[in-house]
Amino acid sequence: MNRQDRTPIYDALHQYIDNRIVSFDVPGHKQGKGHKALVDAFGQKCISMDLNSSKPLDNLTHPTGVIREAEILAAEAFRASQAFFITNGTTAAVQNMIFSCCRQNDKIIMPRNVHKSVINAMVICGAAPVYVNPGIEPELGISLGMSVNDVKKAVSENSDAKAIFVNNPTYYGVCSDLREIVKIAHDAGMLALIDEAHGTHLYFGEDLPLSAMDAGADMSAVSIHKTGGSLTQSSMLLLGPAVDAEAVRQIINLTQTTSGSYLLMASLDIARKNLCLHGKEIFERVCSLSEYARKEVNRIPGFRAFGKEIINGDTVFDFDRTKLSIHTRAMGLAGIEVYDILRDEFGIQIEFGDIGNVLAIISVGDRELEIERLLGALSEIQRRFSRDPMNMLDHEYIDPQVAMTPQQAFHAKKRSVPIRESLGMISAELVMAYPPGIPILAPGERLTSEIIDYIRYAKEKGCVMTGTKDMEMNNIETVEE
Amino acid sequence: MEYWYTEEHSENVRFSIRVDKQLYSAKSTFQRIDVFEAEEFGRFLTLDGLMMLTEKDEFIYHDMIVHVPMASNPGIKKVLVIGAGDGGTVRELTRYSTIEKIDMVEIDKMVVEACLEYMPQTSSRLSDPRVTIYYEDGLKFVRDKVNMYDLIIVDSTDPFGPGEGLFTKEFYGNCYKALTEEGILVNQHECPYYESYAMSMKRAHKRIREFFPVTRVYQAHIPTYPSGHWLFGFASKKKDPIKDLDENRWNSLGIKTKYYNTELHKGCFAIPTYVKELLDDADKE
Repeated sequence: MNRQDRTPIYDALHQYIDNRIVSFDVPGHKQGKGHKALVDAFGQKCISMDLNSSKPLDNLTHPTGVIREAEILAAEAFRASQAFFITNGTTAAVQNMIFSCCRQNDKIIMPRNVHKSVINAMVICGAAPVYVNPGIEPELGISLGMSVNDVKKAVSENSDAKAIFVNNPTYYGVCSDLREIVKIAHDAGMLALIDEAHGTHLYFGEDLPLSAMDAGADMSAVSIHKTGGSLTQSSMLLLGPAVDAEAVRQIINLTQTTSGSYLLMASLDIARKNLCLHGKEIFERVCSLSEYARKEVNRIPGFRAFGKEIINGDTVFDFDRTKLSIHTRAMGLAGIEVYDILRDEFGIQIEFGDIGNVLAIISVGDRELEIERLLGALSEIQRRFSRDPMNMLDHEYIDPQVAMTPQQAFHAKKRSVPIRESLGMISAELVMAYPPGIPILAPGERLTSEIIDYIRYAKEKGCVMTGTKDMEMNNIETVEE
Repeated sequence: MEYWYTEEHSENVRFSIRVDKQLYSAKSTFQRIDVFEAEEFGRFLTLDGLMMLTEKDEFIYHDMIVHVPMASNPGIKKVLVIGAGDGGTVRELTRYSTIEKIDMVEIDKMVVEACLEYMPQTSSRLSDPRVTIYYEDGLKFVRDKVNMYDLIIVDSTDPFGPGEGLFTKEFYGNCYKALTEEGILVNQHECPYYESYAMSMKRAHKRIREFFPVTRVYQAHIPTYPSGHWLFGFASKKKDPIKDLDENRWNSLGIKTKYYNTELHKGCFAIPTYVKELLDDADKE
């Protein structure tokens, strides 16, 4: 039997239920016996499996039994030296990578278009970011991957940095030259950390960009729930051979729940098995669906579904074909407007819309029928909603002016000012449009007129702006200088 | 031996037919297809266990979905039929010598093959030279058609399963675009009686109204469909099904029908009060 055929956590849960163990432990609903509404809502089987750590079920904070077994199987599946199951979301996996290598004032090299969780990790641990401009694709207005030369330059100017952090692939599917960046990091004695939140499938499909572990990276955060089919909030942290796994576990245990959900863990187990046994066919299908959709979208005037043609050997070293990113500007509509129209008019929910693009995630669960609905709706948007593309803001990346570390700014004495009067001040908070959850402004960065205009424009187009204390985002907390 | 086919019209209501024998059963990419033979209804086709048509009462559905729009605009030349793998709708259309072109789009080739073999009563005219069959998703087919058809007939399954896309706003919008200036869209509109079907009916009605200036609902009595009371949607850019009905002209064609006649044409748009109220509700939502 193929070892990957096994699901140790799921099997242990089954056995636990079959043994009809009498529960005088938590959770208090006692497999739903005391809470009919919960059983009616989610089903008996699901509620019966919502159990607590115990000898037969192992313990996530110190695994020696079935969780350990499942993590070993996962490590094998992802060609890693070690895999940790994470039940606090990929946010936790990303943050633990940073906590594992950065102390107060340690430098870490990263592109500016990192996920919010990275900025927040720096607020907590006091690391100092060294930003590498990811560059902008001029026509699409999307930020790209890291240029090898820029990384080299950042490394030579900051030889004391602890790590290089890479988004790979980006939300839009853009990949950097991972193998070369890992080599640069290792040659300089730094760790290579990869935010692979959107890259689970790279480990299982064929003809897809290189995965972090295959590139020799030291740590990678993979969001199995995003494209791999596990339950929301379940994730994994993968390690390469050079990292002390037990030390990393200690770091994880600082912030991870001691009541790790068995539903989430079992879903990781089941998803890993499915990916191992069927991943190749699944992602072949996903690729053919997204390539078909790309071709059809490109027949609609005004939309551009970009693909491998944007590869340029450096900032776009490779492109993840499973992603369906569509540039909407020539339609005279901001991405966020197309995103809203799709949901409100057509009942189609896509992953995100930003200023110039929308992104549809195509994954394990998609079928031709739904793809046709999306295409039908997009052609209707062209017929019914397209406008003159004049006055469309067309770029996204704004070079940050870092005045202090995120932690210093976050904890500084603050003053709330109206955003329009904040020019030249240092922000004490994060500002972003969600999704995609990539900060427009991080704590410690100076407010420029470009940023203020961008925030105003994004708000006007209907982006949901988050991160500030002021829920309406009229005011911003700034550092008193 | 008792051998019965049963369909659940609601969670609490069943409809059964005593079956003599099963003639065909297969699973396609999209659905399970079965053909049975019964003493009372002759042969009948089911998809995923749901009744599609029986030899005994299919004439009602096919008369109503074809002759109502054809009598409302005798100038119809190009027709698109979506779904209708059994061929019954096409059979009625081919009786009009004025029609030049019939495109039929059926997602499931196996349904057509099964009907060609076991349902000759409805599939007999699929070989008419004016007919072209496309095996693809109807939503996909209409997406890039502009100003091409005088009549679109949506002869679909229910809006759960492969027919789902044919009850969406994007589909109706794409149909609007595919129709000529005097174009008419007719669709099977579900039943008003049982709640889940009534919801589909309301939703379809609401979405169609957003695009077409003329929208009407008409009814027929179909014994083997849930509740027996079935609705059709008539939507058009200009033609009104009653004002534009030219009775003499249609009657002069000499098309012999078992259910439809021009008197019934005028009457079938008179619908019960509770159905009117449901449709009014849909408008307000």
